[in-house]
Amino acid sequence: MNWPLIISNTLYTAIGFQAVGYILAAIGINMHFGFTGLLNFGQAAFAAVGAYAVAVSVRSWHFSWWGVMLVFLFVPLVLALLLGIPTLRLRADYLAIVTIAAAEILRLVLNGANPKLTRTLGGNDGLNGFTAWVGPLNPWRNTTFHIWRQPVQGNTMFVIMIGWLLVAFVSWAMYLLMRSPWGRVLKSIREDENAARSLGKNVFVYKLQSLVVGGYIGSLGGLVYAVAGQYAGPNDYSTRFTFTCWTILILGGVGKIKGPIIGGIIFWFIIGFTESFLAQATRKGQAILPTWLVNENNFGLLRFMLVGLGLALLVIFRPQGIFGDKREQSFDVR
Amino acid sequence: MSGEAAAVGHPLAQLDEVPGVAKPDPILTVRGMRRAFGGLVAVDVEHVEFQRGCITALIGPNGAGKTTFFNLLTGFDQPDHGRWNFDGDEIEKASGHRLARKGMVRTFQLTKSLTRLSVIENMKLGATNQRGEGFFAALARPLWAAQERDIEQRAESLLDRFKLGHMRNEFAGNLSGGQRKLLEMARALMAEPRLIMLDEPMAGVNPALTQSLLGHVKELRTEGRSVIFVEHDMDVVHEISDWVVVMAEGRIIAEGTPASIGRNQQVIDAYLGAHHDADLSEAPRAPTPSPGEDEQ
Repeated sequence: MNWPLIISNTLYTAIGFQAVGYILAAIGINMHFGFTGLLNFGQAAFAAVGAYAVAVSVRSWHFSWWGVMLVFLFVPLVLALLLGIPTLRLRADYLAIVTIAAAEILRLVLNGANPKLTRTLGGNDGLNGFTAWVGPLNPWRNTTFHIWRQPVQGNTMFVIMIGWLLVAFVSWAMYLLMRSPWGRVLKSIREDENAARSLGKNVFVYKLQSLVVGGYIGSLGGLVYAVAGQYAGPNDYSTRFTFTCWTILILGGVGKIKGPIIGGIIFWFIIGFTESFLAQATRKGQAILPTWLVNENNFGLLRFMLVGLGLALLVIFRPQGIFGDKREQSFDVR
Repeated sequence: MSGEAAAVGHPLAQLDEVPGVAKPDPILTVRGMRRAFGGLVAVDVEHVEFQRGCITALIGPNGAGKTTFFNLLTGFDQPDHGRWNFDGDEIEKASGHRLARKGMVRTFQLTKSLTRLSVIENMKLGATNQRGEGFFAALARPLWAAQERDIEQRAESLLDRFKLGHMRNEFAGNLSGGQRKLLEMARALMAEPRLIMLDEPMAGVNPALTQSLLGHVKELRTEGRSVIFVEHDMDVVHEISDWVVVMAEGRIIAEGTPASIGRNQQVIDAYLGAHHDADLSEAPRAPTPSPGEDEQ
């Protein structure tokens, strides 16, 4: 057992670019579900749109900086309006159905459902080579960092740092929004939209605003994920992406600003630890776990089982999440 | 019990007690409103007016269409056709939030306290025209901080008036059923309504609290607001209303002062059935001895 390596691997995974991408997307879901009560099961679509907005406009269309920015600002907005306008007047469940379906449709389209688009979208292989612009911005481009035993390229470290700055900025903005009258209206819609309506609030407009804002945050997550990983591929944005974000949100505490951040770090800490621990514990010839139980080929599945078990225990014994407020959760009678 | 409408000089005392009678100063006038659910006509109102500055009770047997009528008037349901005039505004189609902003605020039969917001936040939500309710303004606190302070002061004085001041920072979910009714009424007042519509305000409230709620409703009239409320309890109707409108099977079948409405034959028939005074003892029944006879 090489404990220093396990620990450095784990630490790197807990704060790495995957963690940042998923945390941003989970913050978006927190805006939707935690504060507005919207069931968005298609956050993967917003993340995919954020990733592909940059990948396609840089790689396939060769846009300038401004063009890329405009595409990034335009596409998540269009997606949110497309999803929201037909469904937000209906009961909450319809948004859930439409978002999960839309995310899958989008993934299939990106995956090459229409061969004519494959040149632009990259098809099943996805797109890479759209991150050359990061280099000149990066003061550490020739440096290699070490998180104890784990080496990290300067470019990756730079994007991770930008990602964490984005997390901090977005969370701060959420804090400002949620203590404002605007946030109060969102929370009242979460509790009972007819009550909000009877007090003169245009519920539909607020729900749409929430969907757009949370969608943008999700797109930022996809952007960080794709730029740090230097790859935008359709299979990264399957329903598993969405449900991982939900796991992170529930783990940390729904409706709390720091919920998704803490939840995301813990989630990726567990994933990182089980991965590197099991990788060593099942190494051929020196396995310390019984091979009939787990071996070097299937330990990847076991770690998700462990995370699932942990989540089930959490929901039973601490339903408000790690940072949720027991009083708030316990009144939820729906 | 003659009610206050019978007092000399009351604007409604001299009116003809027929359905659809014109009021001297109506705040709400409804013309030809109809709503059908499939083949069932839930509401079919020809003409009705509600007097300004009065408490009008809307009564009727179960299934008469009172709540549907309420929902139509407040924009929570859309009529098949119909027009109504609220304080000078002609309305043909309106959404609930727009009518609330115009000054017609409603409460619900099942109280809708926002359980995971504190009592004071519930109250502050009620204020209309808040600058901080815009997305971009919300990010800049100085734009709305002063207004927020005013709203908070107004909320606190209303909470004191409704004897909820000590619950200020509790979650609304911690309040008792009666306190929630009070909170809902107080919150509606934050919107400064000219007309306040109460859907069964006394339902499920214990008798002691009923008296206090009645006091609060009367205060609304003293402040110059108009009140329309749906109610089942005739004692309550007699005690506080100036005028009573009776619905049955979707139509307005009678109007009048609380004192006279109980004598109206149509109302008695609607509530009790046209044959309610037929002698039931004439119906055939088994010759079982009553318990009283057993004891002797």
